Amino acid sequence: MNAFQLLNGITFAALLFVVASGFTLIFGLLRIVNLAHGALYLFGGYIGFTVAAKTGYFALGGVAATASVAAIGLALDEGLLRFVRGYELRQVLLTLGVAFVLDDQALVLWGGDSFTVPIPEALRGGVQYFGIFYPKYRLFVLLVGILVFVGLWLLIHHTRLGALIRAGVDDPEMLEASGINLRRVFLATFLLGSALAGLGGLMGGAFLALYPSADAEILVFSLAIVIIGGRGSLVGAAVGSLFVGLLNTFGQVLFPELAYFVIFGPMAVLLAFRPLGLFGTQEPT
Amino acid sequence: MTTDETALLPADRFRRHRASILAGVAVAAAALLPLALSNYQLSLAIQILIYAVLAMSIDILAGFAGRVSLGHGAIFGVATYVVIYADVHAGISPYLAFLLGILAATAVAAIFAVLAIRTSGVYFLLLTLALGMIVWGICLRWTAVTGGENGLRGDVRPAILASHATFFWIVLAFAAMLAFAMYRFVASPFGLTLRGIRDSEQRMRSLGYDVSLHLFVGFTVSGFFAGVAGALYAFFNNFVSPTTVSLSQSVEGLLMSIVGGVGTLFGAFVGAAAVIYLENIVSLYTERWPTILGVAFIVIMIFAPEGILGKLQALQRNRSK
Repeated sequence: MNAFQLLNGITFAALLFVVASGFTLIFGLLRIVNLAHGALYLFGGYIGFTVAAKTGYFALGGVAATASVAAIGLALDEGLLRFVRGYELRQVLLTLGVAFVLDDQALVLWGGDSFTVPIPEALRGGVQYFGIFYPKYRLFVLLVGILVFVGLWLLIHHTRLGALIRAGVDDPEMLEASGINLRRVFLATFLLGSALAGLGGLMGGAFLALYPSADAEILVFSLAIVIIGGRGSLVGAAVGSLFVGLLNTFGQVLFPELAYFVIFGPMAVLLAFRPLGLFGTQEPT
Repeated sequence: MTTDETALLPADRFRRHRASILAGVAVAAAALLPLALSNYQLSLAIQILIYAVLAMSIDILAGFAGRVSLGHGAIFGVATYVVIYADVHAGISPYLAFLLGILAATAVAAIFAVLAIRTSGVYFLLLTLALGMIVWGICLRWTAVTGGENGLRGDVRPAILASHATFFWIVLAFAAMLAFAMYRFVASPFGLTLRGIRDSEQRMRSLGYDVSLHLFVGFTVSGFFAGVAGALYAFFNNFVSPTTVSLSQSVEGLLMSIVGGVGTLFGAFVGAAAVIYLENIVSLYTERWPTILGVAFIVIMIFAPEGILGKLQALQRNRSK
């Protein structure tokens, strides 16, 4: 194990955080387990790839990925989930159906080949610090991950929307009674969470490649992160991402064929002691 | 999702009597199928029986313990992998391989159970989903043993069962026995305790029941049945790849049990027939089966979450009132 691999783990964790934070936001605040989150990631990646490759601008790809995936999220929430509101299990299974449809349509639209999003000129190559030569792009991903964390933290704890979201989680009836349109608050959260999946897709697409089962892999990582960190907790998502990112990277180095299995161990141990995850709290009743 | 008052387990003896006659007639009628069906149709019928067992094993948890599992496809597939690997690569006799497959699946189910019984509701679903995906990931990556994406191929079905008709009868006998065993399981005092846990964990705990132990045993037994289905599938298919342990396998099994009606147990046969028949019709016209599967899921969740059989029963109940 060396510093290079450690950095690999941390930068991978940053990517996971971007995706999983969207997942945990929607799960924690809206009580919706969006199993289409992986599919949204993949769509974001594919759309970002197409736009970035066609126009030559990485940033444009990012805008396209986040905007279009947020639009899919809007359609999903307003078009389908509205019919099953309040039924937790039906919501989950419905999003599972959506995931199947989206994945299959992605296969129709982009085929089964794997793509890599082109990295902009400025982020190519590497930098040398303390004797380690490290790719710039991965450090950029780390930076984005940190920015997303800080941004979400400020949003939830220091803005009116964040206050409304927190209040909506604790006591939705009281909030509605005070004249707040709760649906709009929740919709905003759903769009934000979806957009993060899209952004993650573009960023991940540049160093993990995009292929038909990439969505399932990222979904499992997100699930593991939320199970470890506890739902709805930003800090939990960050800690869970670091856990999963590092373990996965070490696992790939030590047991290349069983890397997937390595995240299973800590998840198992953790669940034995804290079924709700590290930062999970009991449902308000 | 939980249906409480289903027609299953009728209390009065007359209905129970009628139910067993009906079941006997159904099995006898099914046994005549090889005389009427082509080989292709017969292989569909075999698939329906195998998947009905898988769907029933899912229903034991979903309908009677109130825990929806998305990991049963993986448990099923572990049995398939082990049977084929043991027979082809380890040179073990197919019958022993069959038993080993079931044993392995039951062991995996027990491991899943230890972790999953601490959770309920959506968390249970997520955890079983994640566990199933881990199995899938291992099957995909552990190329030396599982053959990776290419999977494992081998002529594992014993020569005596080579003809379609014979194999159909064996599978039918298995399905009938397993269905009966599962019926007895959910109707037993143990099964009633599971239902008590489904309705109120707290209450059962205060009554002095060991909730965790009951859920553990319930999950493991359910996994055992899924494993038998998976081992039969190995004999049927003679091939296994990561698709067999993938999420879509669990999802199809769950869809079958939902279509048949969660908590009806035998509805699984109707559900399996509907889904497999649909899959075959759809694949004649298009390769987009996953899209159809997804749309079917969305539509059922919105319009008939209690399943088609459950919906019919509800209609019947309304009429008889």
